[in-house]
Amino acid sequence: MSNILAIAHRELRSYFVSPIAYVVVGLFALLYGYFYVASLAFMVQFSSQAGMFGGGPQTVNVNEFMIRPLLSNTAIILLFILPFLTARAYAEEKRSGTIELLLTSPLSDMEIILGKFFGAFALFLLMLAVTAVHMGILFWYGEPELGSILTGYLGLALMGGSFIALGLLVSSATRNQVVAGVGTFSLLLLFWVLSWMSDSAGPTAGAILSYLSILEHFDDFSKGVIDTAHVTYYLSFIAFGLFLTAKSVDSERWRG
Amino acid sequence: MIEVQHVTKRYGPVAAVDDVSFRVEAGQILGFLGPNGAGKTTTMRVLTGYLPPTEGTATIAGFDVLEEPIEVKRRTGYLPESPPLYPDMTVREYLTFIARINRLPAAERPSRIDRVMERTSVGDVADRHCSKLSKGYRQRVGLAQAILHNPDVLILDEPTAGLDPKQIIETRELIKELAGDHTIILSTHILPEVAQTCERVVIINKGRVVAEDSPDNLTGRLHGAVTIQLQVDTLGADPTGTLQAVPGVASVNVGEPGSDGRTVEVQSAQDVDVRRDIANAVVSNGWGLLEMRRARLSLEEIFLQLTTAEDEAGEETSAPDEETEEPAPATESADE
Repeated sequence: MSNILAIAHRELRSYFVSPIAYVVVGLFALLYGYFYVASLAFMVQFSSQAGMFGGGPQTVNVNEFMIRPLLSNTAIILLFILPFLTARAYAEEKRSGTIELLLTSPLSDMEIILGKFFGAFALFLLMLAVTAVHMGILFWYGEPELGSILTGYLGLALMGGSFIALGLLVSSATRNQVVAGVGTFSLLLLFWVLSWMSDSAGPTAGAILSYLSILEHFDDFSKGVIDTAHVTYYLSFIAFGLFLTAKSVDSERWRG
Repeated sequence: MIEVQHVTKRYGPVAAVDDVSFRVEAGQILGFLGPNGAGKTTTMRVLTGYLPPTEGTATIAGFDVLEEPIEVKRRTGYLPESPPLYPDMTVREYLTFIARINRLPAAERPSRIDRVMERTSVGDVADRHCSKLSKGYRQRVGLAQAILHNPDVLILDEPTAGLDPKQIIETRELIKELAGDHTIILSTHILPEVAQTCERVVIINKGRVVAEDSPDNLTGRLHGAVTIQLQVDTLGADPTGTLQAVPGVASVNVGEPGSDGRTVEVQSAQDVDVRRDIANAVVSNGWGLLEMRRARLSLEEIFLQLTTAEDEAGEETSAPDEETEEPAPATESADE
């Protein structure tokens, strides 16, 4: 456990001494802010349109008209940003030769992988923490439902964890950060758009495709519903991703 | 302490290390000598558990590198060919990280790190980022990293590469100092280094061990024929015939006359000391004998012999012993 923490701490530190943490958190805040304003404008417009028929603007459900689309958009932002957070995880260690240090230190492969996972995950949680400001404003002026917001964030955390696990896997297979970033992004995109095929793919294949789609499972979270099936999906995705990363690191060893 | 038995490492059909066996006793320094690409780094990587061997076994302090890698790694300090530093950390932060992953108790870390930094003389760059260090400092921080957790075994891949002469001497001294408490394997292609620091030498070429002995024995074993270098002022005459006539002389090689006489190389037959007779021959001719010395075969030449003999033997490589006992052919220069 202390080994995992040591690695995670080093990872997190290295995000902050390089521009990565600032660029990623900053750009995420910018994009999130834009979608926040856009969703807010949409909600205000909707509420005044609804009021055209009755007397004045109507109160609309903030959770349904504002937070749900906002969270869905956040999921997409993460899909674009997180691959570049994990790209360096293994690729950089291999390029600089420090992987030789880690693999000859008394650490198990899994400790290294989990350390890297939690390091990236901690930065990701920090990204999400920035949005507490936006949510606070909603609470100041409106009455959103806290439970379903927290559920949405739980969903984001699980989904982000899956993105990170996949990112680690791809990064462990290359020594080039660009390849790792683009590779992860393409795979995530594929996992997302799988569901688009599900309608035309026939009942069985369609169900499988939509089950595999990584964003499909987020939908219920954004509505404020915790379904253990989705939690299980994400947790298995993470576990499987980390397991394959371990295999990838080990196979590298045998190939030399 | 370290035992390597029939280790082979193949990359596809190519064997980077082929049936290598040797052992190192506790407290010894073993020099691992070979040209670039001979398989030194691969062997070391097998020992550190970084690469699994294709065949054979390697044990460190009784632990098999494949079966109990964590136990092996706990007892091993490793300096790879290029020091594995994190560019974004300062030297102190880096060593703290190393101390953490090697499970040094938190209370001991600062004092231990200070001590190691002092030993490797990197104290003055303690708060500088690793990316800003010169090659010499990088190498020494790498060494500090390897000895930080006080391992039983040190595996150093070209520890003096990139250092200036003063640093090289300091590093060698440090390695010798460490040898008491640690068992050390160091690789190098610099031969005097081996002669100065190591108690045993393993010469490796094309993945095979071609010789294993102490540096002194290695030089001694090849002393069948002796080359004697003379500096003679022959007053314009050609000394070839005269010297050839001396009993026991096998061949004479005369250089061009220069301002300081001629350089003559005389090769004696097996086990005959011809120096007295040569001196007599020179003096009785009225020539000036300016200098006479026995060209001792340096490790460098032995190394060249061993590694080129291997080349000539080609596929039908004979046992290492046969090769080392071949009489020494004439050598072009003897600097030592």
